[in-house]
Amino acid sequence: MTLTAPSRSPSSSPSRAAIFGANSGIAVAVARRLAASGARIVLIGRDGEAIAASARDLLVRGAAEVVEIAGDFAAIGTTGDIVERAWTAFSGIDLALIAYGSLPDQAALEAAPDAVEAMLSLNLASPAVLALHLASRFETQRSGVIAVITSVAGDRGRKSNYLYGAAKGGLQRFLEGLRHRLYAARVQVLDIRPGFVATRMTEHLPRGGPLWAEPDRVAADILRAVERRRAVVYTPWFWRVILGIVCALPRPLFHRTSF
Amino acid sequence: MPISGSRRSDYRSWGGTVAGEHLVYRPRSLADARAALTATGGASVLAYGNGRSYGDVGLNPGGRLIDCRGLDRFIEFDRQTGIVTCEAGVRLADILAALCRPDPDGSGWFLPVSPGTRFVTVGGAIANDVHGKNHHREGCFGRHVLGLDLARGDGSVLSCSPQSQPDLFAATIGGLGLTGLILSARVQLRRVVGTGVEAEDIRFAGLDDFFALAAESEAGWEYTAAWIDCLATGAALGRGIFSRARHHAGIGVPPPALDPKIAIPFALPLSPLNRLTLLAFNTAYFHKLGRRGRRRWVGSYEKVLYPLDKIGDWNRLYGARGFFQFQCVVPNTVARDAIAELLARIAASGQGSMLAVLKTMGDLPSPGLLSFPMAGASLALDFPDTGAPTRQLLAALEAIVVAAGGRLYPAKDSVMSAETFRRGYPRLPEFLRYTDPAMSSGFARRVGLDNRLREAA
Repeated sequence: MTLTAPSRSPSSSPSRAAIFGANSGIAVAVARRLAASGARIVLIGRDGEAIAASARDLLVRGAAEVVEIAGDFAAIGTTGDIVERAWTAFSGIDLALIAYGSLPDQAALEAAPDAVEAMLSLNLASPAVLALHLASRFETQRSGVIAVITSVAGDRGRKSNYLYGAAKGGLQRFLEGLRHRLYAARVQVLDIRPGFVATRMTEHLPRGGPLWAEPDRVAADILRAVERRRAVVYTPWFWRVILGIVCALPRPLFHRTSF
Repeated sequence: MPISGSRRSDYRSWGGTVAGEHLVYRPRSLADARAALTATGGASVLAYGNGRSYGDVGLNPGGRLIDCRGLDRFIEFDRQTGIVTCEAGVRLADILAALCRPDPDGSGWFLPVSPGTRFVTVGGAIANDVHGKNHHREGCFGRHVLGLDLARGDGSVLSCSPQSQPDLFAATIGGLGLTGLILSARVQLRRVVGTGVEAEDIRFAGLDDFFALAAESEAGWEYTAAWIDCLATGAALGRGIFSRARHHAGIGVPPPALDPKIAIPFALPLSPLNRLTLLAFNTAYFHKLGRRGRRRWVGSYEKVLYPLDKIGDWNRLYGARGFFQFQCVVPNTVARDAIAELLARIAASGQGSMLAVLKTMGDLPSPGLLSFPMAGASLALDFPDTGAPTRQLLAALEAIVVAAGGRLYPAKDSVMSAETFRRGYPRLPEFLRYTDPAMSSGFARRVGLDNRLREAA
């Protein structure tokens, strides 16, 4: 007899997942939750050793199968090949999570604008191109989810991070259009907008306080949004309220703020 | 990629009485952890797990810390043999959640030994050679460690086990992190007939009844411990509630959640735990079992093994000044009298807390040279830090333990003298042959384990 076994509903969890940027803190947390539900998972990332360590970990945590693919998303020309390999690993994908990106130093970019191109490339052009390669396949498959991590930074341009915000905001517009396109094929396009998450990407920032979230909480929000076929998810939820206020601030007032 | 640390002052002991500035590294891979260990800087270094040690054993004020929580990957699990290999920062809670789900018949793999919280790392469990309510049956955690990889300050990595490097292995079990940095470990899980438990709580009137219940329960109950009303005096001295439990065939319960439902967000300037609330709580708790004084139930092991894990950051309840934890073990021959003396001294002081735990320990030896448990009785309780009176009380209790031929538990301690430590741990000279000169801790310096002190001696 088993007294209770709630919280585990394998039917609603995608059985084939591909995670692009599998070493990001949020990606690892999502992959662990998927593994616990017995999913088959493709991990794609640049650091082969870290991917291999993660693959072993996921197998112990319950993943049915894990495939490792080495890939550098900064080389946009290779994303088509990466998608091809990820797609064929399990003959199709139920959930594709695009989780890579870099959080640039705004002041450094303003001082050396030439570096902006590489930043925009990795945070906007690359995920957009990769998602396009995925889109045609999902369109034919007529099911599945393309989930992309953008950021609350994309909602309104602010002096402290408008370059990163431009990339993420551009990605949000792209996903909006892609969602429109894939609606007819019943493919879900999920725009994930996290706030401050305690991962390696934010290691250099002072942490702590109520606005910071652990990656596992964000992962839980992402999988719930996938289950509920949402279009946009703010995670944790309170960022929707915060950004609602930030975006509603009249410009004269907004310009006097310093965040 | 070189790993860099950051200066931080927010690493504190669980009791909140020890803090300090550390240069902290937060490696995300075993390679980064090794790099952090050998990074130049001169200052000594120590592994930090999940921060559940009560005193200075997990801190290295003024030196470097390697925060191992990013080393949280499983490496291998054999479902036939129950042997798990994982990185040192995997928590016991993660093992329960990932590997201890019951089969349809209720049986499953389970932690062989678990301390009173599941939020400790495997590395920390080894370094403190933790024990649990089943000590009389399974011994310490170290008995179930089949092997470990240990990185040393000279850049080497040694695979240690009872077969290979057995001396260094024995020194590292319960070695308080002073023999190097534990990178990964292989642990033998235990097969249980049901992950759920059958439990019984029995009220008892005094110490003689406690020891009788403990003796009676030893054979049939794998988990035993008692809550003691530390304010009771005279004829009621040592009264409390004896809890015993055992895995129940056919009853499978899923692992408890990884994050507690209730959390204490911050420490209040004044603790709500004072003499008055303590008296009210203890009186009510002692009588909770009703007229019969006995209750039997079947259900989750969480209530038996991890009652405090339900409240996140419960240590903050003690307020901003924090608290001391005291845990000793005294040998069987004098246990009855020594425990009575300790309890009388505590009751007379009016200090103490709701959480006073008495348990008998078995005679299963641990491989560790500095392991805390020994056959006898162990008493553990918290004392809110009220300054000098608390320290005087702790010193008095320490003296009673030393006179009884007992010892104090480094994982809980913040105050014991070097002499008390030396007398309590007779294999210390042997241990010192295997310490790593790169490692140190606040505890090591306090009790004279630090290498420079050792050389001077």
